[in-house]
Amino acid sequence: MKKRSVVPYGPQHPVLPEPIHLDLVIEDEKIMDVIPSIGFIHRGLEGLTSKRDFNQMAYVAERICGICSFGHGFGYCETVEKIMGVEIPDRAKYLRTIWFEMSRVHSHLLWLGLLADGFGFENLFYQCWRVREKILDMLELTTGGRVIFSVNKIGGVMKDISSTMAKSVLESIDSIEAELKELQKTFMGDYTVESRLKGCGVLTKEQAHALGCAGPFARASGINNDMRLLGYAAYGQLDFEPVISDVGDSYARCDVRIRELFQSFDLIRQCFNKMPSGDLSVDVKGNPKGEHFTRIEQPRGEAVYYVHGNGTPFLDRLRVRTPTFANLAGLCETLKGADYADVGLLVLTIDPCISCTER
Amino acid sequence: MEAEKRQPKNDIEIIDFNFIVEIAIAMQRSGYRLSQACAAYEGDELNLFYTYVDDENNDCITVNAKLEDRDTVIMSITNVFPYAAFYENEMHELFGVNINMTVPDYQDRLYRIDQETPMAPARKEEE
Repeated sequence: MKKRSVVPYGPQHPVLPEPIHLDLVIEDEKIMDVIPSIGFIHRGLEGLTSKRDFNQMAYVAERICGICSFGHGFGYCETVEKIMGVEIPDRAKYLRTIWFEMSRVHSHLLWLGLLADGFGFENLFYQCWRVREKILDMLELTTGGRVIFSVNKIGGVMKDISSTMAKSVLESIDSIEAELKELQKTFMGDYTVESRLKGCGVLTKEQAHALGCAGPFARASGINNDMRLLGYAAYGQLDFEPVISDVGDSYARCDVRIRELFQSFDLIRQCFNKMPSGDLSVDVKGNPKGEHFTRIEQPRGEAVYYVHGNGTPFLDRLRVRTPTFANLAGLCETLKGADYADVGLLVLTIDPCISCTER
Repeated sequence: MEAEKRQPKNDIEIIDFNFIVEIAIAMQRSGYRLSQACAAYEGDELNLFYTYVDDENNDCITVNAKLEDRDTVIMSITNVFPYAAFYENEMHELFGVNINMTVPDYQDRLYRIDQETPMAPARKEEE
């Protein structure tokens, strides 16, 4: 007779960069059910609206997470600007788009490295993170920061990218792209990678839709839901199609993220070609009064921001629904029926960002 | 001449809290997915927000149910959108929203935090 047991997984685990706890109900090494717990690093950042005014909250929003920091600052500013009816200058829109795509590049390269580490390919892990350093250098050159950038503000951006900086960024992107092509060959062609990822943790399109999955995790299952198509910032002026795969396994998730990296390089180049000259920000007067929901495409998928302003400098409510939170249900589903040995890898394939999720 | 690009909807509609489940069913039948659910306090009034998204047209409709009494019990929508359980458990644990029939109910253990309902304002009698 098969024996059922409950195995605690995390919150501290070698493949988890951040803490999440899963109670795994297993039956002879097969996962039968999963009960997740989060909140180990819940900081109550949303509650800070009562202590920080709406301008300061832009910096608090950035500190939700060290990987998606730019996106959170961006999402928050966009939402407040919508409430206040602020139209930011075109140059600021392009600058935000460039930095957002650079953030996506560093986030995806970080994930590729963690994935390689997860399946025991240390050399590939080092290579991914070595390449990632180049984009971090470019973020540092253009914003002054490598983790927290603080370039977004209500009404625009605080820094510009000069033509010399732009040249450096474009050269760096050419170099990263060339190196990524080599890494892609290993990720998508190496026997050991294939044997660990192919057919592992399959999520069908119907399941992904029924479980409300988001981002590359959903797109790897054939769901076409890239929020950049909404056209916020400068995305409405750029040519791109969402990267989709209909296979739905871990290999497809890896493929989608690698192709998204090439897409980001293309978007950055398009931005530099089309970026107009002009002001970086507009003056913002008054306090936000009203409410708005904004959806943006973070590196891990759809993030939702809700702001409710009451006409004073202090907001009534800031809500951030992060992509990892949306993907928890999908993660639990992919784990059911999987081998216990694959749990670490499957957790990694949703690209979990727990700091974001717990806020 | 190129046809003007259609602007996706992004509306917030106020509803009666008794119709939360009916609306969820109607949205699901129309092909919408639940993008998020959250709670917010406006003074003592509890606001619940359910955001539904149609991925084909990128339309986004948020319904807002206002509860004057924060102890009001509302019905779960996990029968309609099973993954709403994460949002409902979060609303219960952080904001103290009383939701009936959430499946699975994590029994206050989705968020491993010491404080009970940290995002709910203090009740008048507690002050």
